[in-house]
Amino acid sequence: MPLSTQSQPDDEQYVLVASMDNARNLSNILKAISFKDHAIFSATPNGLKVTVEDSKCLQANAFIQADIFQEFNIREDLVGFQVNLTVLLDCLNIFGGSAVSGVSTALRMCYRGYGYPLTLFLEEGGVVTVCKINTQEPEEPIDFDFCTSNVTNKVILLSESLKEAFSELDMTSEVLQITMSPNQPYFRLSTFGNSGNAHYDYPKDSDMMEFFKCTKTQTNRYKMSLLKPSTKALALSCKVSVRTDSRGFLSLQYLVRNDDGQICFVEYYCCPDEEVGED
Amino acid sequence: MDCVVTGGNVKVLAKAVHSLSRIGDELYVEPQEDGLALRSVNSSRSAYACFLFAPLFFSRYTIPSGHAFRCKMAIKSVQAVFRSLASLEKTVEKCHIELEEQKNRLTFTLHCKHGLLKTHNLSFQDSESLQAVFDKDSCANVFRLLVDAVVHFPPSQEEVTVSVSEERMWVRNHVEEEDQSKAMLTELCLASDEFDHFSVQTHNNVTFCLKELRGLLMFAESTGLPISMYFDEPGSPLVLSVTDSVLEGNFVLATLSDDTIFRSLVRTQTPPPPPDDFMNDDIDSYLIAMDTSIAPGPSASGPPTPPLADSLCQKQPAAANHRTRSYIDEKEDDLASSERPPNKKFCSLFFGSVLPPSSQMNTQLVTSQEVLASDSEDD
Repeated sequence: MPLSTQSQPDDEQYVLVASMDNARNLSNILKAISFKDHAIFSATPNGLKVTVEDSKCLQANAFIQADIFQEFNIREDLVGFQVNLTVLLDCLNIFGGSAVSGVSTALRMCYRGYGYPLTLFLEEGGVVTVCKINTQEPEEPIDFDFCTSNVTNKVILLSESLKEAFSELDMTSEVLQITMSPNQPYFRLSTFGNSGNAHYDYPKDSDMMEFFKCTKTQTNRYKMSLLKPSTKALALSCKVSVRTDSRGFLSLQYLVRNDDGQICFVEYYCCPDEEVGED
Repeated sequence: MDCVVTGGNVKVLAKAVHSLSRIGDELYVEPQEDGLALRSVNSSRSAYACFLFAPLFFSRYTIPSGHAFRCKMAIKSVQAVFRSLASLEKTVEKCHIELEEQKNRLTFTLHCKHGLLKTHNLSFQDSESLQAVFDKDSCANVFRLLVDAVVHFPPSQEEVTVSVSEERMWVRNHVEEEDQSKAMLTELCLASDEFDHFSVQTHNNVTFCLKELRGLLMFAESTGLPISMYFDEPGSPLVLSVTDSVLEGNFVLATLSDDTIFRSLVRTQTPPPPPDDFMNDDIDSYLIAMDTSIAPGPSASGPPTPPLADSLCQKQPAAANHRTRSYIDEKEDDLASSERPPNKKFCSLFFGSVLPPSSQMNTQLVTSQEVLASDSEDD
């Protein structure tokens, strides 16, 4: 069993031990999906996947690859548990989560197995805090059955341009309508609010458009309330891939670069709104 | 209407909308021959603001010929078009404003960097013309460049009092009588040479709301234009204005009317006040009673006794209507030493052309302690 030099002798009782020098690398990415309390953790030798869901219509996944951790030891193929994400985030920021360079909170996260709490050892400036968070029975995440072969339209945008649009979106609109088309308007975000409607059009040859492949004109509406949490992920990210499949399901993939320049992914799936009225 | 604003002017337009939003909730848009007028008035009608952008301000300016068009809309929705003022300058290259009368919508199209196109279709309501009647040229006291004097006042400060003499202006926070004991008094004294222009004819002090002044200052600072201030006497409107070759902005603010100065321009009265209003039957006799009741002078009688003197009068446009007023000679130093603020009452501005011509001379008497509301405009 590969054990790093620093590992303690009692490590063997844990099915999962993960540690990182800067807890912010974990807490930041978890913030991008923290819109509900319950988070399903599934760890595999490849890394950690954290899933949060809302109303069976929205699912957010954060992927933290094994190599983001300085140590990632897993003794089973799949370790799953569920914890309260808000509590976990509070613990990760127990030292204040200061952004001052040079000062970082080191984290060691251990899980002993079914029924045991998730134990966090947090250390900053020689002070160690131990947090134990009770784990819950893991729920089965919804399978959105979004597969690449069914993708009809896909664009990749630099987040910068979408951030602007999302910060200005008319929140009095109940839905965000996304139009993707091989012809004009190519990629359009529309809102229908109290004071009128607004459209944001991105031409396919824009500098902001890194990739454009739309095969069919598709217009779908998504609940604004569901999409709103995704702006947290957008704010952290540098690129976004927007995809829709033949059923109108939306996939938003965010490429997030952490403090150390490593790359993580956050993904949102959203069901389309049923009632599609006319413009 | 079809007009195009380019470059830095987009920001100027946006700033104007933002500063109008400090006044009221609705934006009145009126494309005129001499430019695009954007106006706003507050709910109590004690503050009014108008920006007029000359056709030269635009790179294209065409207005519907033949008939006058005007509309109003929620100012919030227009603000939303220009939400991020900071990035506006960097990102927006061109703003196209188009009016589709049949569809009842005003379209703002922002052409941004990287080809991003933002289209806002805003619905609007028809409106009457909004026009405050004021004549800044007839004001006795004129000043240019109101240095950033207001930064010394906390954001919570609602009103300031401006006093003037031949060579000085004092700006101080206005304190409610009941807060007097705990309040901190701030006073700024500005010498006349700090102003571009300083002309005083009467030694007056006026008290007005700071909020609107801040709004205009925000605009003036970003455009680098000096503000001119015109005022007469307590109770008559104060005008703040910015002018440049392609735009003009006028903010008309009510000032607190001094208890000791009672002016009456009342002639007839419609629309009638509520039936239980005690002033309903005989205004003239009421006014006569007023005139005598204030004769003793408040500085002698201590705190003012508001019951009868509470009526407000609306300023009439015609200067000729000025009636002899019973003006108790209350000197500035008297006021300053006793620090007794005038009774808090704002005169509403009179929006002449809002009313049908027959009621032009109407005046409403309002007994509320605060600012009065007009009932003539809303639909």
